[in-house]
Amino acid sequence: MDILQEIGASLRKGDDNRVAELTRQAIDAGMGVGAILDDGLIGGMNVVGDLFRRHEIFLPEVLLAARAMQKGIDLLKPLMIEEGIPAVGKVVIGTAQGDLHDIGKNLVGIMLKGAGIEVIDLGNDVSAERFVDTAVEAGAPVIGISALLTTTMSSMKGVVDLLRERGLNGKIRTIIGGAPVSKDFADEIGADAYGYDAANAVDQVKALLGVA
Amino acid sequence: MSGAVHFPSSAAIPSRRTVLSAQGIPGDAAVPLRVAELVDEAFEIYADLVDPAGIRADVSIADFAVIYRGEGRNAPRTPLEAIFPDARRLTLFAVTVGEAVCGEILRRFSDGDPALGYALDTIASAGAEGLAGAMARDHQECLARSGTMASGMRVLPYSPGYCGWHVSGQGKLFEVLRPEEIGISLNESCLMQPLKSVSGVLVAADREVHQFDIDFDFCADCADQGCRERIQSVLDDTIGGQ
Repeated sequence: MDILQEIGASLRKGDDNRVAELTRQAIDAGMGVGAILDDGLIGGMNVVGDLFRRHEIFLPEVLLAARAMQKGIDLLKPLMIEEGIPAVGKVVIGTAQGDLHDIGKNLVGIMLKGAGIEVIDLGNDVSAERFVDTAVEAGAPVIGISALLTTTMSSMKGVVDLLRERGLNGKIRTIIGGAPVSKDFADEIGADAYGYDAANAVDQVKALLGVA
Repeated sequence: MSGAVHFPSSAAIPSRRTVLSAQGIPGDAAVPLRVAELVDEAFEIYADLVDPAGIRADVSIADFAVIYRGEGRNAPRTPLEAIFPDARRLTLFAVTVGEAVCGEILRRFSDGDPALGYALDTIASAGAEGLAGAMARDHQECLARSGTMASGMRVLPYSPGYCGWHVSGQGKLFEVLRPEEIGISLNESCLMQPLKSVSGVLVAADREVHQFDIDFDFCADCADQGCRERIQSVLDDTIGGQ
């Protein structure tokens, strides 16, 4: 097994110390940052994501893998900046205004980062204005909104409506998700995509970013 | 029956089974070793930091009607609007597991340890729900001791944000309850700080009053359907949280 495959295997086990050790070894061996990132860390997380999609591992195991990936990324980050390696894409995420249930949004954020996507996490209880303003300022082409409560789902529509008002629909796309949200609801409010779980949200965001 | 209620830490510590279930691990599944270690570590941190507190305040049916109406944003038809007029006693309440736990969850997520952040989050969420249940049990016992709890009566908690009671209703609820005394405040969107807090009304009513058909407009969108368990808990003579 080569070192990059070993990084992937260690990610799968959630062995963060081993991932850090192997990433260091790969850097010292002169492997390219892009290769370590794409074929080692992101490749490993893709496998973890697939296992989760197939219900072969549990969510905490995905998060342990994400923690291990972060250890590797921490070592690569200075080199990525030095070499000007861009993220796959950029997404603004947050929970709908009035909703404080952010664990689903956090999981999506972690899995998006695992896919090499830059995530601007606005936290919970985010107003439509803040979603849109942040996306415009950061140049993020996708906004992801999560809600757990049926009573806060309506806030999602506010974001879609505000994008329309400002003539940004089509330029900034929206994806929504959360326990009470459905594809029908996404269609009804004019959202561009609906993620039925964290793994599917990553697929949908990739499609919106054109990197699927 | 009003004022602060003191709970031991154990009242806010959920069972390991509840937490694993909240993490999507079924009861009959083998827990991977690293996950088991993670959950153990999270429980240790949580037990060190949890600082449970509660407060309650009796309220008349007429006064609660005003609180429940809130800013007028409730669903057109809700279960609670049919339940509370038939209550024998209504008591506003709020409970929290404390700011320290919530701060630690945020810190873990922002420090790149989502695994431990998530484990702590699930423990704290289950802990807060458990604390709401403990408050309801304590209230029921207090009513029984004071002789105002007839047999056949049950106490159940109902919370803003659920079953058509709009979360903005917390504004009026807080004006009366004043849970700032135990460290809970509301932000501009009427959300509680610390996050792992539960507020609502304890409804002491005859058992059948708590039962309703699950046929409201919002039920179709509700993935939780925790009301089924609550209704069942009334039939089974236990107390469930919302």
